[in-house]
Amino acid sequence: MDKENFIKSESHDSDSLFILFCHHLISDLLIPYSHLNLEEKQSLKQNRTCRDAFPLSRPSPAFSGGSVLRRLAAPRVSPPAGLLKSQMSKATIDLPPKGGFSFDLCRRNDMLSKKGVRPPSYRKTGTTIVGIIFQDGVILGADTRATEGPIVCDKNCEKIHYMAPNIYCCGAGTAADTEAVTDMVSSQLQLHRYHTGRESRVVTALTFLKRHLFNYQGHVQAALVLGGVDFTGPHLHTIYPHGSTDTLPFATMGSGSLAAMSVFESKYREGLTKDEGINLVSEAICAGIFNDLGSGSNVDICVITKGHKEYLRNHLLPNADVYALKREYTFPKKTGQYLLR
Amino acid sequence: MDAEHVRDCWSCSLGSERTMNPYVTGTSVLAVKYRDGILMAADMGGSYGSTLRYKTIERIKPIGKHSLLGASGEISDFQEILRYLDELILYDNMWDDGNSLGPKELHNYLTRVMYNRRNKFNPLWNSLVLGGVKNGQKYLGMVSMLGVSFEENHVATGFGNHLARPILRDEWNENLSFEDAVKLLEKCMRVLLYRDRSPVNKLQIVKITEEGTTNFPPYSLKTFWGFESYENPTVGEHVPLNCIRIRL
Repeated sequence: MDKENFIKSESHDSDSLFILFCHHLISDLLIPYSHLNLEEKQSLKQNRTCRDAFPLSRPSPAFSGGSVLRRLAAPRVSPPAGLLKSQMSKATIDLPPKGGFSFDLCRRNDMLSKKGVRPPSYRKTGTTIVGIIFQDGVILGADTRATEGPIVCDKNCEKIHYMAPNIYCCGAGTAADTEAVTDMVSSQLQLHRYHTGRESRVVTALTFLKRHLFNYQGHVQAALVLGGVDFTGPHLHTIYPHGSTDTLPFATMGSGSLAAMSVFESKYREGLTKDEGINLVSEAICAGIFNDLGSGSNVDICVITKGHKEYLRNHLLPNADVYALKREYTFPKKTGQYLLR
Repeated sequence: MDAEHVRDCWSCSLGSERTMNPYVTGTSVLAVKYRDGILMAADMGGSYGSTLRYKTIERIKPIGKHSLLGASGEISDFQEILRYLDELILYDNMWDDGNSLGPKELHNYLTRVMYNRRNKFNPLWNSLVLGGVKNGQKYLGMVSMLGVSFEENHVATGFGNHLARPILRDEWNENLSFEDAVKLLEKCMRVLLYRDRSPVNKLQIVKITEEGTTNFPPYSLKTFWGFESYENPTVGEHVPLNCIRIRL
């Protein structure tokens, strides 16, 4: 144990005993680090003070967003082991940050993940998005729930994004990624339209998206259903986060994709009319809403045909206020003032 | 990663016989209550990992006079459960008192067995579907490998939970005739055939009513692959491998 080395190398005054106490607590109480060996513990310890070792009311110092990481972000000179005592007395002195990204934490994260400590995961939309090709064009559908882990953070968000007047794209996965990617490709398409003087084609949007996503090797977690009508006809594509694409007559993505796919696989046929198509898409999204926990709230639909598009926001509200109190009496306004007096 | 390490330690050092991984598995089982009794459907495939090793495994068996047991998951554990139930039914018959074990009793017995095995960290790696009719009362229930058990009007195990449950929830009703129930189960099995990688296109459908069990000969479902989009899907796409990113 390095405690022995420490005792041998230092004189036993109150400061160093306090350091010893802190070290003991760090090594034994902080469970995520208990399986690390000596060097790793030393390298971790040199980057933190005793105050940081006991953050108040935080579940796990490894992942607290607050004080620990802020302190660690400032680059530190790492003193040799014998200077720990002096480090204790100069506890609050940080070197000013030099600017730019500090990679100290990357090494630490890498080392922790090798030891089996998993990092916290990203926030997903938890979605059901679908698209079908019907006789005149394409219908896209999406639910409207955005989740942050177990909480619904937006109960009426928009998942059908505009790409071009004749092309729309539904996005599942990390909300920031889908928004950013679709916005970016939408601008690229606009510039391309100015450049060529023609209406955008769906395969153009598809190629822009898949090149971008493949370049980032799946780290941009956007799973998209892209649909539109151009002069070559209606097209429907799915794009996966790693950059692969499919061309399909009906497509579903997101956590509710299995529930929606079961509806499509049993009920889809070619040559649907617009109303039949809207009903089928609504049914598929409702299957996702009622059978998947990551999807919910309302149904958005977008119908794209040649030269015309219809964006039906909140087309269906299957979770509307069904338990509203039915009162037979109503109070006139300002009744409260009389009652309080 | 850590779980694998633990598992390896256990199995090497103790010569452990605990089930940590299923080897030969069957995929989903579906069952519905219909007007006259219970209808259960499963495909006849047994996969050894990613290989489709066995194509004629009967995963639905009649138990006693009144029940049907269907299982997904590890086939050897299913056979073990059949042995336990065999013994149980045998002892029950030996009493020779005119009573016979019905589906409710068997469901309870299986729940106890599965839960106790899970508590010893040695689960029987199955999701069981138990259905039957006794004294005119229909019963359909499910037990998972953790011992979660419940009774329902329509059940699905494995992938069927995600793909078949939405359809069953929408389209099941109390008074399904036999033909309608078969159509409903076929619809669900077709979706599973398209979207689950493990099933074989060979269905086993078994029905149980007050009169007894009827095993139907296995048959295949028709599948449709003629969508227009499936022909020439990449027409119009052009992604050259050495493309230069155009920054407009």
